Amino acid sequence: MATNEQYRICPATGLRIYRSAENLIKANAVVAVVFLAVGGLFGFMVAMTRWKAIHLLPAKWFYLVLTAHGLDVLVVWIIFFEMAVLYFASAVLLNCRLATPKLAWTGFALMLIGAVVTNIAVLQGGSSVMFTSYVPMRAAPHFYLGIILFAVGALIGCFIFLGTLIIAKQERTYKGSIPLVTFGALTAAIIAIFTIATGAIILIPTFLWSLGYISHIDPLVYRTIWWAFGHSSQQINVAAHISIWYLIAAVIFGAKPLSEKVSRFAFLLYILFLQLASAHHLLVDPGISSEWKIFNTSYAMYLAVLGSMIHGLTVPGSIEAAQRRKGYNNGLFEWLRKAPWGNPAFSGMFLSLILFGFLGGISGVVMGVEQINLIMHNTLYVPGHFHATVVAGTTLAFMAVTYLLIPLIFQRELILPGWARVQPYLFGLGAGGISVFMMGAGTLGVPRRHWDISMADAQLPYDFPGAANLMMGLNGMSAVLATLGGFIFIVVVVGSLLFGKRIAVGTTEAASGSGQPAASAVGRYGSAEAPAVPGTLAMVGVFFITFILYYFVNWKYLAEIWPLR
Amino acid sequence: MSISPPQEQLWWNEPIPKSELIWITTAFLWGLVMFFAMIYWHIAGEQNLSNEAYRTTPEAFAAKTEAMIAKYKVREEGGYPVVHPLPGEDVYLIGRLWQWWPILELEKDQTYRLHISSMDYMHGFSLQPVNINLQILPGYDMVLTVTPDKTGELGIVCNEFCGIGHHTMLGRLYVVDHP
Repeated sequence: MATNEQYRICPATGLRIYRSAENLIKANAVVAVVFLAVGGLFGFMVAMTRWKAIHLLPAKWFYLVLTAHGLDVLVVWIIFFEMAVLYFASAVLLNCRLATPKLAWTGFALMLIGAVVTNIAVLQGGSSVMFTSYVPMRAAPHFYLGIILFAVGALIGCFIFLGTLIIAKQERTYKGSIPLVTFGALTAAIIAIFTIATGAIILIPTFLWSLGYISHIDPLVYRTIWWAFGHSSQQINVAAHISIWYLIAAVIFGAKPLSEKVSRFAFLLYILFLQLASAHHLLVDPGISSEWKIFNTSYAMYLAVLGSMIHGLTVPGSIEAAQRRKGYNNGLFEWLRKAPWGNPAFSGMFLSLILFGFLGGISGVVMGVEQINLIMHNTLYVPGHFHATVVAGTTLAFMAVTYLLIPLIFQRELILPGWARVQPYLFGLGAGGISVFMMGAGTLGVPRRHWDISMADAQLPYDFPGAANLMMGLNGMSAVLATLGGFIFIVVVVGSLLFGKRIAVGTTEAASGSGQPAASAVGRYGSAEAPAVPGTLAMVGVFFITFILYYFVNWKYLAEIWPLR
Repeated sequence: MSISPPQEQLWWNEPIPKSELIWITTAFLWGLVMFFAMIYWHIAGEQNLSNEAYRTTPEAFAAKTEAMIAKYKVREEGGYPVVHPLPGEDVYLIGRLWQWWPILELEKDQTYRLHISSMDYMHGFSLQPVNINLQILPGYDMVLTVTPDKTGELGIVCNEFCGIGHHTMLGRLYVVDHP
């Protein structure tokens, strides 16, 4: 079917970029960044309140701001950006027009309205129920309604993505199989559809309950289903940011996957097993059997963890193979030392990879051991873990790819390149510190979502060890670094969009529907030939030893608590 | 490249590089080790959460708790009854806005059946500094068979957000030597 939609050829990559897709990518990315700024500021206030020497907010505001922080960064920033990623990975990478752009704009509008409505509900003060909104604690009805609208909008985006894949196939805009990055985005979209459907199953009844049409929602049923939504939505992020790692490696190094089969198989493991992770939150809940907990918390014998461990080899491995082909062959690590560490897209991506694996990955698996969860559940260890995954991992990866999108999609040069160069380091160090020190506090038993761990107002006070306050102070200092990094990111991005030098626009012409794929200009592609990646193997070796040691140390900690059965 | 279609159209027929095979095998085996470690700990370890839980109501659970308090109360502290039940007994602990009720006094190296439930919202039972953390739900009576192994004064922090007074919700638990 022929269309007369406008497109341009990207002068850098030869990719064909349709205007409708381009505008949607821009809109979603811009809204995402706005919510990152707002939510990040809320997060800064949370950390400053937990820092005993500052204790910024009063209790009422602390719980309100913490609720808003979780929603705005964990949901709104990340999902809006993922919509941009989905449109990019389908329409741009496949040289295709976007399916039903008008419907995509409807989805965008629903998401925006939903995000604003929920934010209003929270800021009005009657919905400080945290991101998880556990029943029977009740929020205002429009708190749930906003999330539902947002989710419907995101669901539309997922189907636009699938529709675009179908159009690209029918109009033969590419040859053979879809690229690995698109395959990863497809993984994210499939998990997203599962996730949103699960969210609907629990949030629609909760919305009706908040209006008084349903009298009772069982708290355990709520937690089980809500976490199938809440945790799986984090797995969308994992699939999306790993796709972005591959994307950045390809753009900067021309990296090919070591093996298409292995990398795709690892994504397939995500589709099959990641959704079992609801159990991670239910390991110390009453009324659930150990058999169920063990099977689900381990993603059926750690098969999704296997997927992540495979990507942990294949992403840096693809970079090493590409660098060695260019002649960086001295020793184990010349390929890494001579990598463009001054390019924020690369440094952000690589820091994201390291921090996600070492901090987020290992802590997640250890915390998800059925018995070890007893010494970590609902302590600050939990936010420590997920700040490593979604801040140091996902958010840093999204920031890194933004540095590529600004010239490619927005056609602007970056302003303040010196600032951009240090940004990933500041943000990565800050986010890494936040997660390490929160995990440290968590091992001392410090609770999450808690306004005052000095327990000053309690009738029966309890004193945490002094190290807990030290941890919270260090957490606050790390939050200052991360906020500074986030602030520079916002300044560079917004500044570049407004004042960046325009990059010459590629030729624009009317599309005739089925054309020759322009991506062939990119050059040879496919699996890397006979790659030897000793440096990467050494890195995963270090990772593996760290993993094993930390895992068994925590069994030892567990063995020291009261016997219970 | 990863952003273009695979050059080899039959990419699933390509052999897997050795480095990847080694790592996949290692990671898979490690996954099995971690999986069976959980099962092993159920057999050989001493810290396993019971699967014992019952449906209850706030009223029924409160009635059992008050009966225990009436039977075993030994003194009061700041308006809280301190309860010293006999070893082996069923012991009840209430979580509610915003207190853990009552104060329990248990004997070292004795075993108790500890029941915990919530009267209202969800709460988080966090025994400090031992660091045992449990999710407490309204309507569910969670039963643990515990054996305190050190004497001392312990705090029970609430680590599930339960409203504006969440940070004031603290309880106390004593472990004492057998008199």
